Amino acid sequence: MEMDSVDRAVLNVIQTGFPVASRPYAVIGEKTGLTEEEAFSRIQNLKKGGIIRRIGASYDSRGLHFSSTLCSAKVPPEKIEAVVKAINKYHEVTHNYERNHAYNIWFTLIAESKERIQQILDEICGETGISVIRNMPAIKKFKIKVDFKFKDAGSNGNNAEEDE
Amino acid sequence: MNPEITELDKKIMKCLQDDIPRTLTPYKDIAESAGTTEDVVLERINHYKEKKWIRRFGATLRHAKAGFKANGMGIWVVPNEGDRQRIGEEMASFREVSHCYERPSYSDWPFHLFTMVHGESKAECEDVMRRISEKTGLKEYDILYSSKEFKKSSMKYFL
Repeated sequence: MEMDSVDRAVLNVIQTGFPVASRPYAVIGEKTGLTEEEAFSRIQNLKKGGIIRRIGASYDSRGLHFSSTLCSAKVPPEKIEAVVKAINKYHEVTHNYERNHAYNIWFTLIAESKERIQQILDEICGETGISVIRNMPAIKKFKIKVDFKFKDAGSNGNNAEEDE
Repeated sequence: MNPEITELDKKIMKCLQDDIPRTLTPYKDIAESAGTTEDVVLERINHYKEKKWIRRFGATLRHAKAGFKANGMGIWVVPNEGDRQRIGEEMASFREVSHCYERPSYSDWPFHLFTMVHGESKAECEDVMRRISEKTGLKEYDILYSSKEFKKSSMKYFL
């Protein structure tokens, strides 16, 4: 869908902070020169148009005392389908990609504890016969991007959802 | 689960982890489904933000439609452990870098720092990698692109 400057202004407001107030769309309207109803219908249209995926909270896994990690595995091409199926069935697996490297399967895991992560990895190995999955939890996090600003028609925004 | 999070918090937080109700009064509707008042819901959400349990509260955009067209996982060898903090911070200062983490290395995986790099094209991502290399003096690096996306979802902390 095509967005105009008002849509972009609305997105800039609600990307970083959706108002925590009894009438949030009235607050968004005040900031962007719209009525409450106009702000509401603009946002519903941005959802229908597929620009906005959702409006809600992104939780901090550490704040909730969850553990997170990035894992990689070397999987022969003929086994990829079965291995991906075994990995993806866990709701704790949030992202899973094939990448151009000997370590070709990359997935992120967020779980209640380190023990649960190890249990999932052991189960995947047992089910698929993969012998090595590299478990690479962050030692240090230097940056978890929140969002990029919308400027004008040419430059688009982007926001990263997960913290792994 | 963080023991400070109460049963009421779990109900409220479950309502916030997907899409909030598409009404003019979403917090009132959340309060009704969680069995509390709108004022309590507003107070609790502010509390979650203060505690940093919520990293960001707002709209999540669809990458492919609203975001940069290309992204790659930059991987860097930083042999001297003492340099990693400073170099990690330098990498994080690039606006094209969305995530920058230090992770464990292995004998067949000699990389220490990871940078998610975004650009309009692969060439632009590679240019960002070159500029990071020039700024940090690191010579051993690579960038891995995803050739297939098998899964991309938001974590459901509250089931």
